[in-house]
Amino acid sequence: MSRGTAIDLCYLVAAIGFIVALKGLSSPRHARAGNLLAAGGMALAIGATFARSGLAHIWLIVVAMVIGVAVGVPVARLVKMTAMPQMVAAFNGVGGGAAAVISVTEFIGSDAKLVATYKVLEVVFGVLVGAVSFAGSAIAFLKLQELMATRPITYPGQQQINALVGLGILGIVVTILVTSSTPLLWVLLGLSLVLGVIFVLPIGGADVPVLISLLNSFTGLAVAASGFTLDSNVLVVAGTLVGASGMLLTRMMSTAMGRSLPNILFSAFGAVVTATGGEAGDANRSVRTGTPEDVGTLLAYSRKVVIVPGYGLAVAQAQHTAKELADALLEKGVDVFYAIHPVAGRMPGHMNVLLAEANVPYEELKEMEEANPEMSTADVALVVGANDTVNPAARNAPGSPIYGMPIIDADQAENIVFLKRSMRPGFAGIDNDLLYDPKTTMLFGDAKDTLQKLVAAVKKA
Amino acid sequence: MTNGLLELFTIFVLAGFVGYEVISKVPSILHTPLMSGSNAIHGVVVVGSMIVLGGAHTGAEEALGFVAVVLGTLNVVGGFVVTDRMLQMFKSRQPAPRGGEARKAEPGDPS
Repeated sequence: MSRGTAIDLCYLVAAIGFIVALKGLSSPRHARAGNLLAAGGMALAIGATFARSGLAHIWLIVVAMVIGVAVGVPVARLVKMTAMPQMVAAFNGVGGGAAAVISVTEFIGSDAKLVATYKVLEVVFGVLVGAVSFAGSAIAFLKLQELMATRPITYPGQQQINALVGLGILGIVVTILVTSSTPLLWVLLGLSLVLGVIFVLPIGGADVPVLISLLNSFTGLAVAASGFTLDSNVLVVAGTLVGASGMLLTRMMSTAMGRSLPNILFSAFGAVVTATGGEAGDANRSVRTGTPEDVGTLLAYSRKVVIVPGYGLAVAQAQHTAKELADALLEKGVDVFYAIHPVAGRMPGHMNVLLAEANVPYEELKEMEEANPEMSTADVALVVGANDTVNPAARNAPGSPIYGMPIIDADQAENIVFLKRSMRPGFAGIDNDLLYDPKTTMLFGDAKDTLQKLVAAVKKA
Repeated sequence: MTNGLLELFTIFVLAGFVGYEVISKVPSILHTPLMSGSNAIHGVVVVGSMIVLGGAHTGAEEALGFVAVVLGTLNVVGGFVVTDRMLQMFKSRQPAPRGGEARKAEPGDPS
């Protein structure tokens, strides 16, 4: 067996590993093994590539990899669990960037005059999709990190600008296909980055997870395009796997939010007026603020309490304190469970992960469909740092950006208690009528502090 | 040459179907880890980056290839480590998700 064949066989084994890994990742029991299997496949593919004959600059490759590992591992290890979503965005973006750079490099490295049209097409596709994914992920990262406004960003003439950039890219693509011009490829790279930015700007913060999944799928396709350019089977297989499964996953996520994908991607254009208008008078509406002691007593003498966690709980790292409160209530004989919205926090499953970290028994976590029928029999809905996922506007305000999203029916409970830092609107950037409901009591402050006070109050009651 | 293209295209189409079929009915708690895991898998782009840098002839190609390898490596290690950290949260209570699934079928609630 020649060396080339052996390397190709390694790639085949790696590709099989990726497929089995994806399968494993979609079931709770095999997810971790699946991830490790994929990592093993990756190590094999990288190792085999080192054995390629004629691979020059090996020391340069090693240095580049050491830099990548030295930066990537500590960042990925040390970042807080709450910041995981933006890390996924960042690591997805660099992958897209790598694919775009590969395509550009292959193009400038080959004699442009002799390149077949289909080769140019592969390069153009890799550059375009890779750069969109890179720039889009960067904006998504900034939004999730709250380094820029999380609400949909719109500006006058947006649609015209988008159309102009789109047409410009189309024109350049056609010209490159005909002339194989290298300078134009750089222009395409620049315009694709612009497209990535303006594509993501109008997407609201609450929809960013779905967007990242879509960009993840894009990166997969860009990697597949690089695979075509480099005649590499393993790149085509792995890239296409991610491209296809990512599309499906994106659809599942948007279904979990009760929205269609086009609605998520393009709704901001129509919704601007309703999202900002008509709320001027709302600032004067009165809210009822309570004290932790009052609320603690209310909780201790309830029969059924439903805790609705949201991003605020994650930010305050209050998952352990939330469990303490639940335990204190259980001791008093109160029936307690957590109602988990599928997209509570910044990512689907975010709350499950955090509460699992605090050793909350799985039986106490109820998904939305399971929790909602019980809300009307709950004495108290304790909303900890959640907002959009309990906003009744999703049910009854057709103009609202979140209209149609399924919500936790916290408003059905006898009493509603909000633990919030301020009256600031949630991630979607819209007001919540439930805060002004006569049944609602507000407890302002850091979720962890407030929960601690509640634990003390419950124990005293 | 065109045969080579057709071969790759065949692989592309088949892999597309496999990717679509291999994940089905993912529970929503696994949406994020699955996204993160597939994010790590497209880190295989690092293999392409290595090939590009390994075949670079000019300084510009070397520089671009170097950047590509750094970015690709970040994608791989970052992707796998982040995914593993997410999944670690489920580790200590491995049987729990199963129990939970089975429990869904039972009506009523302990009070």
